[in-house]
Amino acid sequence: MSEPFSSAIAANRFGLGARPGELDAIGSGGRDWLRAQLAGAPPQLAGAGLRSSTDILAEALALRRELQAARKADAPGVAAADPLQRLPQLLRPIYASEVTARLQQAVTSERPFLERLTQFWANHFAVSIDKQFLAGLAGSFEREAIRPHVLGNFADLLLAAETHPAMLLYLDNHLSVGPHAPAALRAARRDPQRRIGINENLAREILELHTLGVGGGYTQPDVTTFAAVLSGWSIGGEGGRFRGGVPGQFLFRPELHEPGAKVVLGTRYRDDGFGQGVAVLRDVARSRATAQFIATKLVRHFVADEPPPAAVARLADAFHSSGGDLPRLYHALLETREAWDGGLAKYKTPSDYVLSAYRGLGLPADAAHAPLAPFELLGQRTWSPGSPAGWPDRSADWDGAAALMKRIQWAQALGERLGSRCDAVALAPQLLGANLGSATRTALAHAASAPQAVTLLLAAPEFMRR
Amino acid sequence: MNTRRQFLTHAAIAAGGLFCTTRLAFAGAAPAGGGRRPRLVLIVMRGALDGLAAVPPYGDRDYASLRGEAALRAPGTPGGALALDGFFGLHPSLAFLGQCYGARELIVLHALASPYRERSHFDGQDVLENGTPRPHALQSGWLNRALAHLPGMRPREAGVALGQNVPLVMRGPAAVTSWSPSKLAALDDDTLARLTDLYAGDALLAQRLADALAADAIAAEDGADMRSPMAAGDAARPRGANNARYAETVRAAAGFLRREDGPQVAVFDTSGWDTHANEGGAQGQLATRLAGLDAALATLRQELGPAWRDTAVLAVTEFGRTAAINGTRGTDHGTATVALLAGGAVAGGRVLADWPGLAPRALYQGRDLAPTLDLRALLKGMLAEHLGVATRALDEDVFPDSGRIRPLAGLMRA
Repeated sequence: MSEPFSSAIAANRFGLGARPGELDAIGSGGRDWLRAQLAGAPPQLAGAGLRSSTDILAEALALRRELQAARKADAPGVAAADPLQRLPQLLRPIYASEVTARLQQAVTSERPFLERLTQFWANHFAVSIDKQFLAGLAGSFEREAIRPHVLGNFADLLLAAETHPAMLLYLDNHLSVGPHAPAALRAARRDPQRRIGINENLAREILELHTLGVGGGYTQPDVTTFAAVLSGWSIGGEGGRFRGGVPGQFLFRPELHEPGAKVVLGTRYRDDGFGQGVAVLRDVARSRATAQFIATKLVRHFVADEPPPAAVARLADAFHSSGGDLPRLYHALLETREAWDGGLAKYKTPSDYVLSAYRGLGLPADAAHAPLAPFELLGQRTWSPGSPAGWPDRSADWDGAAALMKRIQWAQALGERLGSRCDAVALAPQLLGANLGSATRTALAHAASAPQAVTLLLAAPEFMRR
Repeated sequence: MNTRRQFLTHAAIAAGGLFCTTRLAFAGAAPAGGGRRPRLVLIVMRGALDGLAAVPPYGDRDYASLRGEAALRAPGTPGGALALDGFFGLHPSLAFLGQCYGARELIVLHALASPYRERSHFDGQDVLENGTPRPHALQSGWLNRALAHLPGMRPREAGVALGQNVPLVMRGPAAVTSWSPSKLAALDDDTLARLTDLYAGDALLAQRLADALAADAIAAEDGADMRSPMAAGDAARPRGANNARYAETVRAAAGFLRREDGPQVAVFDTSGWDTHANEGGAQGQLATRLAGLDAALATLRQELGPAWRDTAVLAVTEFGRTAAINGTRGTDHGTATVALLAGGAVAGGRVLADWPGLAPRALYQGRDLAPTLDLRALLKGMLAEHLGVATRALDEDVFPDSGRIRPLAGLMRA
């Protein structure tokens, strides 16, 4: 490690951006500061309005049934706009509470490396609020399925993510029915025209996006068979054919599950219902291809857009040889020499940019200060990647002209809000450390006003990157 | 059984990638020019549009049984498709495109696919955009590389992406910009001057700042038209909001394109096409999305005014969806699909398809509409005739090693 950069790299590249005083406290011990953050259980979020996903989903499902019944009865008291409005009225405040709690945690955390890792995994197992109910579930998904497992084993993280109602809803598995499952056979006897059967969305994305990666050696028949394995992974409390179970909770429905032993990726799995899918997940979690895929993504996130192959190989070995032990993987990452050179190799995502500004300037992150707005204005509305691949992680995905202009305009608005309360000249070395260059130093020193200096600091090339 | 021969009158026949019909001759790339200033709008439909729903082949004997309750009926029946050529119809949500067809301003291309043959959205989109047969083979897009080969004088920013960032298809050597409406106050002039100095040593940021200023200058001249009446939406928005966003986007696109000194090419993304469950038929989820696209195109035409005459709008997607409906009333990832080429510059009123049929044996891998037309043939033909990009540039640089893929000819009005 080149020592002068140790603290800036630890706080800005691995963490979520330096807070005043943090770089001094870290000194030349960047790696130790990060290692210490991996000890102890991950903190649980607290905050007003945070509810369990079961609670939220049960209420949303009940509301949907009510709306459907009203529509069917053409009940006169139900205004036409109601069905469109009442679900958002339920879900939107939940989303706002979750984003606020997540922001507050990110801004105040003494373990920002852990928070970045949590966000990394939430994006790896991405859900997106543009699908029905997900605006109300994306936050609880991250709190319940991701956060508790970030310092655990990948196989446990994987199972928690794939059995969470948010993921099952997002990738349509809750309605998937094996073609020879009891429910399908019954339905076919009643109405031969009506097809019910498999939906392969979740199975495909598990293999492509969550474990093996797109070149990871699976075929279309593997996808189809794996989807049959996962049939019956569902949610309690849906109506009609899907009644029963605890509303809003994961439910394995044997009557929807395709019976029989199945071969996925060359391995035969006997049918023991829910356990069949668990066994496939356990095996793909341990696959060499998964190790390679996860290592590549992690190195891309922390080292460079084009991951150095040697670094990827070291991380893949750590992942594979430890059986998916995530702290071992993170320690291997911290040992990666390439991550510690002084270059600002990563262009910040809008979220990175906003969080680092909040931490650096000590901005209030409570509900009274419009905590959702900066993410929306700068083009990365929280939990809305729009696709199960999650947000992209390369400079070219984020460095558009309009995107840059919005960052600068937002920086200007912050500068005007803070006025002379903020001394950007004094703050710059505290936020950028050894990365602070002479051009920026000079520009700040010659700024026409305190607000302008804040704008220039946040718009500086060194602050655009990490 | 419908034979291929039946379609000869309105279809170009792909034989080993080679197109020949009586109506469509191979043109040497017709140079753009004669005072005409061609405009192009590329719409990337992310998520894999169901071509069999957007342009239902209701005349195919296997279509209705594959689609079950989601099958669209023949034109003239309640909720039926809009008439095209007696075999294919348009989804009833595509009323404006139906008018375009009647006005000979729409070509529908069916059973078309990029060279990508797997079923990952993300690799499929990468191939759709990078212009090679392989995902991640290049970090630039075919549209940008085509811009770099535009004949004659062009503005510094020949292309604009509507959105904060530039999609892969528009990234590359040619200077392009991006634009989206901002709710934030414009940058102070003095701060801007200082930032320009500060970015002098940073090639990327200097370029982006200059591009942003160029786009903002055009937008400012254009005044209120490009400002959005819609606030940036909230989470859990009602369904219509996506459609309002498209309308806002095309108004901005038109604002750039109708000028004589602005970008000639605009690109934007649409999403929500990944209809795995409850796709719907004449009404429903996909119908709502298609209606939004159709309304956006109608707005685009209106906003472009006289410039519509010189405009081509191309809507493409990464791949199609399964021929049969799946067990959750949706469709899974497939192969061939449709592309839509509309605009005043288009020699339209035709469906171009070498229809492979939907019989079980005809399906690709027993499940998907089989591809009979390479997307690159369409793109090359359009770029050659509309923008005047030279054949050699198309064969070697825009679509590397694509010499054997002959451009479709006769797509644009002479």
